[in-house]
Amino acid sequence: MEEATRKTIVIDPVTRIEGHAKITLHLNEDGRVEDARFHVTQFRGFEKFCEGRPFSEMPALMARICGICPVSHLIASAKACDALLAVRIPPTADKLRRIFGLAQVVQSHALSFFYLSSPDLLLGMDADPAKTSLFGVLAEKQELARDGIRLRQFGQQIIERLGGKRIHPAWVVPGGVSEPLSQLNRDAILAGIPEVLKIAERTLEWFKSVVERFREEVATFGNFPTLFLGIVKKDGGLTFYDGGIRIVNAAGDVVANGLDPADYQQYIGEKVESWTYLKSPYYMPTGYPEGIYRVGPLARMNVADRCGTPRADQELAEFHELQRTAVLSSFHYHHARLIEILYCVERMEQLLNDPEILSKHVRAFARPNSPEGVGCCEAPRGTLFHHYKIDEQGLIRWANLIIATGHNNMAMNRGILQVAKHFVRGERLTPGMLNRVEALIRAYDPCLSCSTHAWGEMPLVVELHSPSGEILDEVRRPC
Amino acid sequence: MSFLDMDEALIALAEKVDLVYSPLVDTKTFPDDVDITLVEGAVSSEEDLHKILTIRARTKTLVSLGDCAVTSNVPGMRNPFGAKAVCDRAYRENTTLDAGTPDQDIPKLLDRVRPVHEAVHVDVFIPGCPPSADTIAYVLTELLEGRQPDLSSKTRFGA
Repeated sequence: MEEATRKTIVIDPVTRIEGHAKITLHLNEDGRVEDARFHVTQFRGFEKFCEGRPFSEMPALMARICGICPVSHLIASAKACDALLAVRIPPTADKLRRIFGLAQVVQSHALSFFYLSSPDLLLGMDADPAKTSLFGVLAEKQELARDGIRLRQFGQQIIERLGGKRIHPAWVVPGGVSEPLSQLNRDAILAGIPEVLKIAERTLEWFKSVVERFREEVATFGNFPTLFLGIVKKDGGLTFYDGGIRIVNAAGDVVANGLDPADYQQYIGEKVESWTYLKSPYYMPTGYPEGIYRVGPLARMNVADRCGTPRADQELAEFHELQRTAVLSSFHYHHARLIEILYCVERMEQLLNDPEILSKHVRAFARPNSPEGVGCCEAPRGTLFHHYKIDEQGLIRWANLIIATGHNNMAMNRGILQVAKHFVRGERLTPGMLNRVEALIRAYDPCLSCSTHAWGEMPLVVELHSPSGEILDEVRRPC
Repeated sequence: MSFLDMDEALIALAEKVDLVYSPLVDTKTFPDDVDITLVEGAVSSEEDLHKILTIRARTKTLVSLGDCAVTSNVPGMRNPFGAKAVCDRAYRENTTLDAGTPDQDIPKLLDRVRPVHEAVHVDVFIPGCPPSADTIAYVLTELLEGRQPDLSSKTRFGA
């Protein structure tokens, strides 16, 4: 009979995220949340089914992991292939790949902020679920929705100009890129920059003007100490393309610096949980679960000494005023994401004005010279690793991938527990309580098709369980 | 994502249709009497199969969108290996702690990944990886006008 008092809440699917997941909240006898789990419900198996394919197919094949950040997979995969070829790619190819990656960060961050999270920020966490979409934002504050559409379009159009199409371009190849940049395209991209800089700036101002309304969420949305991990340049500056791994602790102190991404297996472990297809990476020197760390925009703002562009550096300085230590609340992922959009636009302008950028030397040719290669970059959601082994014929024999969203798995689980404990009351459930649990997940902007190398759109689901595991309630939004 | 590449045309589309179920809106249950459903991705888990049967039963015109839905494409590459082998690679070999394939509270993978039309009847096929936003917009316009779209010159496999 004690069993009957134990309850579970299921949120299924979690919505306004990229991919499929559900959340289960386990309640005690008093209707308080005592445990929470984030279940990723799909898996594809890229690490196995790439076996036997020529390594040169990997960038195009691995890009199919994701429709949102295919460019990051192209880049990490091509860098792993550069290592198999044992070549240094031409400087212009290096810069063009950087521009390509930055354009994708702009479109991906715009998708996360405007299309997925701005309904919560504009309409409130308790808003009518029938209105909490981009179309609801369009009805309430049209200029905000239009800014989001324009910013995403700007990023996608750059990808199209460089790579020939917006999604799954095949332009990044082992050894460099397949075509140089034309002057026409360079000038067309540069012409759009002043407009999008203004959009990035006014969005930041708007966010800062509304964040006060979310004081309770800031305090409880994944607001706890963890490590933070990301790539930085040799001088400690922000980069999305190449550098050493830096890890800082919650106090903001550097605990590891200049780690070679190719040695990732020496410091990153991957743990399996029986209830999710998403593995839980942890920092091995600290062990499990103390080795919990976060990646992505918040982590990058915590690990980098500077952005290296004027406006973004002003914003970074202001960001660090939020907290003297590392900035700990995952609610601030939104803020960090907007600073990064600003940085990406400024940085693209610098690179496009580089006199070398129109050079025709954009690809190094070689046969495979090394049996093993690791490629690493910062994807919009965090650090991305591709690791391949090949045979004498250049056919793939083994692969391992650690995807940005995966690194945040432990932090997302701990985060939903924190927010659910604070807001969810089993005896009088409201959609707004559960929306906050989902909004915490949205702050991390997980890409679940990426992280489990799964495919397609993943709706998220939330269940309410009793301590015995019985399903108490399933909150289903009105259609 | 290619659907979103319609950019500002989304605003005009929003005036003609109600988006009733999507990862972009907060509806948790697939509604009854849906006019048009665009389905992307292959059928790879028991949950996918259950979902597509529900969607078919509640949809007038079902559109199979993209190469994964139309042919099972990249997800189908696991078929020669089988579900167990791909899980073993990820959860037994490439693991440092608690190796073993997850099997609690998550959908079981099907032995074979299948295209959507092997599970249910499909009314319109749009190949492409992905089909362009223009192609998707064209199909929606034709269907809203009550015409069958002619895709012969608009897209192709791998486009």
